[in-house]
Amino acid sequence: MPKTVAEKILSRVAARDAKVGDLVIVPVSRVMVHDSVIDAVIAGLRDLGRDRVWDTTKVAVFVDHAAPAPTPVVADSHRVLREWVRAQGIATFYDAGEGVCHQIMVEEGYCEPGTVIVGSDSHSNSYGAVGAFGAGMGATDIAVALALGRTWLRVPESIRVTFTGRPRKGVTMKDAIMRVVREIGTDGARYACVEFHGAGSLPQGDRITLAGMTTEMGAKAGIVVATPEAPDWLFPDRGAVYANEVTVDLSTLEPQIAVPPRVDQVVDISEAAGQPVDVVFLGSCTNGRLVDMRQAASVLRGRRISAEVRLEVVPSSRRQFEDAMADGTLLSLSAAGAVIGSSGCGPCLGRTGGVLAGQEICLSTANRNYRGRMGSPDASIFIGSPYVAAVAALTGVIDDPRPYLEASDAEFDELVARRRAERGGRGAASVRSGDRSRELMVAAARTGVAAEIDD
Amino acid sequence: MTRAWVFGDDLDTDQIVPGRYAPFMVGQDKFHTYAFCDARPGFAKEVRPGDVLVGGENFGCGSSREYAVAALAKHGIGGVVAKSFARIFFRNCINLGIPVLESADALALVHDGDAVTLDLAGGLLRAPGGDAHLRPLAPFAQEILAAGGVVAYLREHGDFPPVA
Repeated sequence: MPKTVAEKILSRVAARDAKVGDLVIVPVSRVMVHDSVIDAVIAGLRDLGRDRVWDTTKVAVFVDHAAPAPTPVVADSHRVLREWVRAQGIATFYDAGEGVCHQIMVEEGYCEPGTVIVGSDSHSNSYGAVGAFGAGMGATDIAVALALGRTWLRVPESIRVTFTGRPRKGVTMKDAIMRVVREIGTDGARYACVEFHGAGSLPQGDRITLAGMTTEMGAKAGIVVATPEAPDWLFPDRGAVYANEVTVDLSTLEPQIAVPPRVDQVVDISEAAGQPVDVVFLGSCTNGRLVDMRQAASVLRGRRISAEVRLEVVPSSRRQFEDAMADGTLLSLSAAGAVIGSSGCGPCLGRTGGVLAGQEICLSTANRNYRGRMGSPDASIFIGSPYVAAVAALTGVIDDPRPYLEASDAEFDELVARRRAERGGRGAASVRSGDRSRELMVAAARTGVAAEIDD
Repeated sequence: MTRAWVFGDDLDTDQIVPGRYAPFMVGQDKFHTYAFCDARPGFAKEVRPGDVLVGGENFGCGSSREYAVAALAKHGIGGVVAKSFARIFFRNCINLGIPVLESADALALVHDGDAVTLDLAGGLLRAPGGDAHLRPLAPFAQEILAAGGVVAYLREHGDFPPVA
């Protein structure tokens, strides 16, 4: 029988002929654990009667979900985690500020293509960006995998997603995957593996965006085929059977917006244009990389964000943070008025770093917009690309980023002014710190008085 | 008598226990008191051991957070019956020993607040409006549930149940 990529990987690691629907028990090449479930994982291991993980070199531990600790309860949990990591002798440990587990797992090379990796986070599907079968699981499943080095899986059906053409300027793979979610729905890939074709040569970050968001369709795994990292065998057989096939023509794709409270409630941006927002979040494992921050900075073009909007930028890892620092991207985002958070999950899951108040409306580049996801259950979350996020920060409303990218400076200012005027205000405009002290320095220099501001 | 708590399609884990009330945020002894605090205020006070949750498609979608299921276990939920389940939620229920059963007709037959009986041996959820049929679980899952969850199973047997 011709095999899908999922069947090939699971046949190989289970050392048997694995077909859709079979239950297999397979070795895992790595187990990923993060801070928000560590107590339950440690309790699970203890209840299993196991003192030690099966292989300390194959376990990766991260502090990212509520980091740095926002409360004493969380701080205590982080302390317990560090003590456990030390006692176990686990060297692959990334503490608060190093970044989101999934970004680090992929960019630091912890995901071996063609193997099974389980993680304590639902977006562990991200490891399919480099051809690994990554599956998210609950704390007890993770404790079992840590104890045995194995897990059980039902061999999934596969859904084949094919991208054709090239996206126009201002359209990204975030828009592409939201188009796929719109097509398939939040449960259309339940228990399935989403196999991506036509995306293997994309930058690694784009592939993380694709694979990670298969979670939002209920998928067990999402695998990009024909990536530079993957071995030649990691390709479906001709004639492999798929439960569903979806093709997206990138050349005609519009920017996409997910409308709260469903991630599959996706519309072309024209249908959401003019929607006011109060908060913009640029970050997460989906869109917190250098390229995402550069796209946002390219829209902002040296302007200040709307006085009605707060912009939170959270790089997805220290590497992305430092690269964005080195090339000036973070400086330009800060100059525009962004709050820059330390690398990690940030406010994506509503635990730390700029959570939402009741009635607030957020445009987020992350992956979920459930009720209550980013804070108050009475807040609303729209999801879009980094370009859309930047326009929303600038104007205070959701709008198509493409005219802004094409506009002359004068046209640009007119577009922004019109949108700001239409929106009106409901918050209070913040003074931007730094401006006043700089003005005082200039005034002091003019009058010949030495300004000893460093005292 | 055990009652049914009926929910619709796509009930996500943020509805079961919002992330801001994770055990990680509020402590291990309190998180279950926030079960359905946004989606169904009063649930945590009124729910009784043995009560059954009934839902539509994709029950338990969203985060991998096992504490959503742990909260249900702490309340002694007797079982979850839905048209379909999100995969991580399904695994978490099996692992923590909560019967988790697909049924095509339960949502149509059972009303919120109905007195119901979960008849696992008979494969039925008995309700005033009629008996809903439950799809049998794979033997692998049945063995884990019978032991009371995967931890109890592994402690007893040292390894997973055999797969076909």
